[in-house]
Amino acid sequence: MTQDLSENKTVFGFWIYILSDCFLFATLFATYAVLHGSTFGGPGADTLFSLPFVLAETLILLTSSFTAGLAMLAGHQGKRIHVLVWIGITLLLGLTFVGLELREFAAFIAEGNSWTRSGFLSGFFTLVGTHGAHVAAGSLWMIVLMVQITKKGLTDTLMNRLMRWNLFWHFLDVVWIFIFTFVYLLGIAL
Amino acid sequence: MFGKLTLDAFPQNPIVMSALIFMIVIGVAIAGALFYFKRWRWFWDEWLTSLDAKRIGVMYIAVGFVMLLRGAIDAAMMRGQQAISVGDSYGYLTPDHFDQVFTAHGVIMIFFVAMPLMFGLFNLVVPLQIGARDVAFPFLNSVSFWLFAAGAILINISLVYGEFAKIGWLGYPPLSELQYSPGVGVDYYIWLLQIAGLGSLFGAINFFVTIIKMRAPGMTLMRMPMFEWTTLASVVLMIVIFPILTATLAMLSLDRLLGMHFFTSDSGGNAMMYVNLIWAWGHPEVYVLILPAFGAFSEIVPTFARKPLFGYASMVAASIVICFFSFIVWLHHFFTMGAGANVNAFFGIATMVIAIPTGVKVFNWLATMYRGRITFTSPMYWFLGFVATFTLGGMTGVMLAVPGIDFQVHNSLFLVAHFHNMVIGGVVFGYLAALSFWFPKIFGFRLNEKWGIRAFWCWIVGFFVAFMPLYVLGFMGATRRLDHYDASTGWQPLFIVAGIGVAIIALGIVCQAIQLIVSIKERKQNADTTGDAWNDGRTLEWSTSSPAPFYNYAVIPTVHGRDAFWAMKQSGNIGQARLAQEYTDIELPRNTPMGVYIGAFALVFGFSLVWHIWWLALIGALGIVACIIARSFDEHTEYILPAAEVARMEAARGAQTI
Repeated sequence: MTQDLSENKTVFGFWIYILSDCFLFATLFATYAVLHGSTFGGPGADTLFSLPFVLAETLILLTSSFTAGLAMLAGHQGKRIHVLVWIGITLLLGLTFVGLELREFAAFIAEGNSWTRSGFLSGFFTLVGTHGAHVAAGSLWMIVLMVQITKKGLTDTLMNRLMRWNLFWHFLDVVWIFIFTFVYLLGIAL
Repeated sequence: MFGKLTLDAFPQNPIVMSALIFMIVIGVAIAGALFYFKRWRWFWDEWLTSLDAKRIGVMYIAVGFVMLLRGAIDAAMMRGQQAISVGDSYGYLTPDHFDQVFTAHGVIMIFFVAMPLMFGLFNLVVPLQIGARDVAFPFLNSVSFWLFAAGAILINISLVYGEFAKIGWLGYPPLSELQYSPGVGVDYYIWLLQIAGLGSLFGAINFFVTIIKMRAPGMTLMRMPMFEWTTLASVVLMIVIFPILTATLAMLSLDRLLGMHFFTSDSGGNAMMYVNLIWAWGHPEVYVLILPAFGAFSEIVPTFARKPLFGYASMVAASIVICFFSFIVWLHHFFTMGAGANVNAFFGIATMVIAIPTGVKVFNWLATMYRGRITFTSPMYWFLGFVATFTLGGMTGVMLAVPGIDFQVHNSLFLVAHFHNMVIGGVVFGYLAALSFWFPKIFGFRLNEKWGIRAFWCWIVGFFVAFMPLYVLGFMGATRRLDHYDASTGWQPLFIVAGIGVAIIALGIVCQAIQLIVSIKERKQNADTTGDAWNDGRTLEWSTSSPAPFYNYAVIPTVHGRDAFWAMKQSGNIGQARLAQEYTDIELPRNTPMGVYIGAFALVFGFSLVWHIWWLALIGALGIVACIIARSFDEHTEYILPAAEVARMEAARGAQTI
């Protein structure tokens, strides 16, 4: 891999962006933690969540992180078709994840437990929804990447973007691990 | 179809109408002048779409000064109201209007005056001072500016269409919730801060990467000019705190738009959570603003004392310690919340500790001056005024850090006097000093000193006349944001004195306007022909010619120690003509209108969310995404300036080696 200084600068800058996004999520986590008990007579975390469903979501997202990594590896080997296939699979997994999350949201709302119900549910929908919006943005990014790689091949610029998209996708995975642990697992355990 | 838009939203108030007419007249005059002199094309190509950091910096500063006039008029209106609205007289502002004025004053002065002046300085100085040709991401720089500009436009729209928030500059709930503020004012407040705040975050990331990755060869971190260190500390703070602001305001808007219950007074909302979060942003924010001012003084004092900065390493350490401690003091803004004695004691002590590194800095500057051969230029006047004013403000700050005292003066004019003492004496004096110091590097001539010093005396005398009475009033029990008070309080004479102070500050602003006009007229006499405008420049930016060429440096300098340019001058190997073969091709960013478009779509997005025009908001959001994607397909973002062309331009400027 030969990349000039300006390319390194971009990746470094993207790390800093991810750092700032960490603080965005930290704020939402902190608010969720404070509002966790504010159910205002509505359902709490222990009665609302279904662990098997969330486990399925988690496994799908973790798998997508793995396939994203495979896309990056194929990129380093210069195999354009492989890159496209792995991004395509990642995209499908990402969209499935977003779809499942929307289904979970729709089910809660249908039961009368929307974000207007209590401070706890406002915190839940906002924290999980912000992560979901990031996944959706990452999916749009994948579509643009696939178009550009198809048109232009694995140029230095596109390899750099592939790298940054990978960072972004893995970062979303890490955030989800925290959501899975603190919102769902501890929510049911406590 | 058009959401909450109605014709009735144009206010009928004569003050607002005259503001509208004034804005239209100015706008028409500028547009007319551009048409008359056939300068539209030039204005668009050379300025609005420019990716040159220096041009973007000048635009930031221009907007900052225009908004300073608006913020100052707001201040004068408040002082006028409080001077006459006593007993049976109710002044000329309705409570409703008064509340909008104080909210707008705070928001404008912090976000649309201090922040743009700061980013303007970063853009003008940072790349030059580290020997770089541009910032790390020139396009992102343009996007940052246009997001900021969209926010500035939105706050001016709110003046004439609809209303502005009546909630104070930090928008505490539950007052800012839908139940108590059903109008569009809070929505304007939220969305203009979201848009401008995003611009600040991008700007911070940009300058962080610029300083870390783009320093000239040989410039290690500990050889950086002090302004770079304080800029670094400032942008690190911004990278951490602006996401907090974004998330907090997003939650408030979700409460208002979707009926969530983050900060509402019912359904399990927690208003104090907002107050904690907003100050977790708000307290470090004031250090974001003051640190670059410290940096500027650390360049100005050694230059005019002709001595190296005293205690460089301790200055670096002090900046970092301030940076760290600024995160753990936010609770001192609401000791009265009732968090308990232990919590209040922790935050009180942490607050007092910040006085130590700040004191280190003040003593270092004084020690730098000691036995120096000082030239008393206007930047030095600002510096000396700063030391006197800021030190006083720091002492009242330590008083406020004692929870017991704070309980007495919480939310009083004592507090208002304290933070204006820091912001005017620190941030404003610092930025004005920095601007007159670096002005010749950007424009090629020095500002008129006589008018600069007159402006300084008006500012500092006006400041003391305007704010010392506020300390006294605070002790007498006057709370902030009063639109009316009883005659028996005996406050009126002091309020009148404070009003006179604001008039003196206004004279200072007039002096600055005259200074600019006179300086442009006399630009030939005050021209900086050598590039070393003050003759005693110490850092790299003074080594290139003035005004700095758009590529900053024809040949990137190599640095061997601190105060690199001073060392070069001492060694005496400067002043010969450079050989043609020393020049190389220069890669530069191509100007692009995409930043302007993104800012325009952000403006549409913000405006339509304020007025609940959902389809238009969707267009705005999609427009932004489309611009980003279109930009990612563009492969011709840079161009090459050939070495021969560089050589020709340098010869024309009479360039010399450094």
